[in-house]
Amino acid sequence: MSLAHESHLNVWAEPFPGANYLRQTMAVAEADIRKLIHDPVELFTRMVQPVLWLLIFGQVFNRARAIPTGGISYLDFMAPGILAQSVLFGAIFYGISLIWERDLGIVQKYLVSPAPRSTLVLGRAISSTVRSLCQMVFVYLLSYILHIQLRFGIFALAGVVLSVMLGSAIFSTFSLIIACLVKSRERFMGIGQVLTMPLFFASNAIYPLSLMPAWLRVVSKVNPLSYQVDALRTLMIVGSTTSFGLGKDFLMQFVAFAVVVVVATKLYPTIVI
Amino acid sequence: MENTAPSTNVIEVLSLTRRYGALIAVDHLNFSVASGTTFGLLGPNGAGKSTLIKMLTTLLPPSEGTAKISGFDLVQHPELVRKKIGYVSQMLSADGDLTGYENLLISAKLYGMPRSERSTRIAQALEFMDLAHVSGKLVGQYSGGMIRRLEIAQSMLHRPSVLFMDEPSVGLDPSAKRSVWERIGELRREFGTTILMTTHDMEEADHLCDMVAVMHRGVLAAMDTPAALKAQVGAEASLDDVFIHFTGAAISEGGELKDVARTRITSQRLG
Repeated sequence: MSLAHESHLNVWAEPFPGANYLRQTMAVAEADIRKLIHDPVELFTRMVQPVLWLLIFGQVFNRARAIPTGGISYLDFMAPGILAQSVLFGAIFYGISLIWERDLGIVQKYLVSPAPRSTLVLGRAISSTVRSLCQMVFVYLLSYILHIQLRFGIFALAGVVLSVMLGSAIFSTFSLIIACLVKSRERFMGIGQVLTMPLFFASNAIYPLSLMPAWLRVVSKVNPLSYQVDALRTLMIVGSTTSFGLGKDFLMQFVAFAVVVVVATKLYPTIVI
Repeated sequence: MENTAPSTNVIEVLSLTRRYGALIAVDHLNFSVASGTTFGLLGPNGAGKSTLIKMLTTLLPPSEGTAKISGFDLVQHPELVRKKIGYVSQMLSADGDLTGYENLLISAKLYGMPRSERSTRIAQALEFMDLAHVSGKLVGQYSGGMIRRLEIAQSMLHRPSVLFMDEPSVGLDPSAKRSVWERIGELRREFGTTILMTTHDMEEADHLCDMVAVMHRGVLAAMDTPAALKAQVGAEASLDDVFIHFTGAAISEGGELKDVARTRITSQRLG
């Protein structure tokens, strides 16, 4: 078979400015999504944690009525926090796949391609959002079964989708940063576990900011998870009110995402050094 | 930016150096590789071969010096160099959790190939590498030789001027090795691709390479055609003898733990 007649040029005209950038970003995401389709077991194992929190912890504290929740039941108050938590717990360990793929030589292959480094970071962020959206559907189903007062308006649902995607993108990209810094799976697992609980407890996921001591409230206000939870609670639950304002919630999430993308893009090539 | 001056050297290494603290892994290397030739880099583990390939493929910034690949400066325009090169790593970089077709599809998209071009090139690559019949299978189910052929197909999909191969036949059985060699030879004939490869396999170097350099402790101890190098060492000398002569060590000696571990992992994955 002869292929010699073909052009050796590998520069193709873009149908519109940025088309290549978009194609490369989506290619990175597509690789991961295709793997998920081949082996979706991970999606099911991720469902266990929200079930435990909502069915056990939530049911008990719902009866205790010990936490001020602003006129809604504790289970209603907690459900958005558990959605944010399942997004966080899934995303924060996402970086370990980067270390694994580095050890297999797959990351090197991506890095010698002409795809800009930021597309490699953004593509992974997008693929992590797909997992989180599956989590979202499951938490909504579970919440519906538990008679949690859900809002189903189109704008409310769109807002929840956006916040889930942003939260997942922020923490999965943060996870890439950790992977690039620690470089080994063992160290990553240790640091991932150390970070997860403080991020979760230093947020308004399962109790309001008003219950926190002053120092923890300060920490909570620089924790992107707090803004994600506030947005989710406002948009997901009937009768819930916002602590920070929806505008600030989304602004802070976008700012956090921009910061982690810039840092991860800078650090990404160092994973192979 | 583009070097328009006519040059037969597609790789020009100019005082390229890499230090790790006090250790100099690659020490002011200078050499060039002529267009369309296959250049073999021999040397014991720890000689600096992999560090050199990492720098030439833009994975590792040099501490000093530079190189020009297809006329583009490695330090000043790494993004342009990446458009001109292909890379087959020693580790198995084809993704075992994707099918052969999917591996090629993702590569094509990373190189910005439009849809119209993708389907043709992927079909041709699968046929060329004799993988069309298994394109829908997960790569994790492929044999070692098939994975290597897929990786070569991936690295050639965008028709690079230069192909870097880090120990392409490590861990392969003799039959799979022959099959990979045949495909490398065909790539040269079809596309005139310049190939720079590292190898520990002297038979491979003898079979494939027009020029061979022996690297030792970060510098080139010798560089010539395989025939000329053998003649320098003795009338009946083999490339094994050349290797031992210029490095002072048998091939099986030396090697850092991580090099050996990586080779073993690759061999295990190849089955």
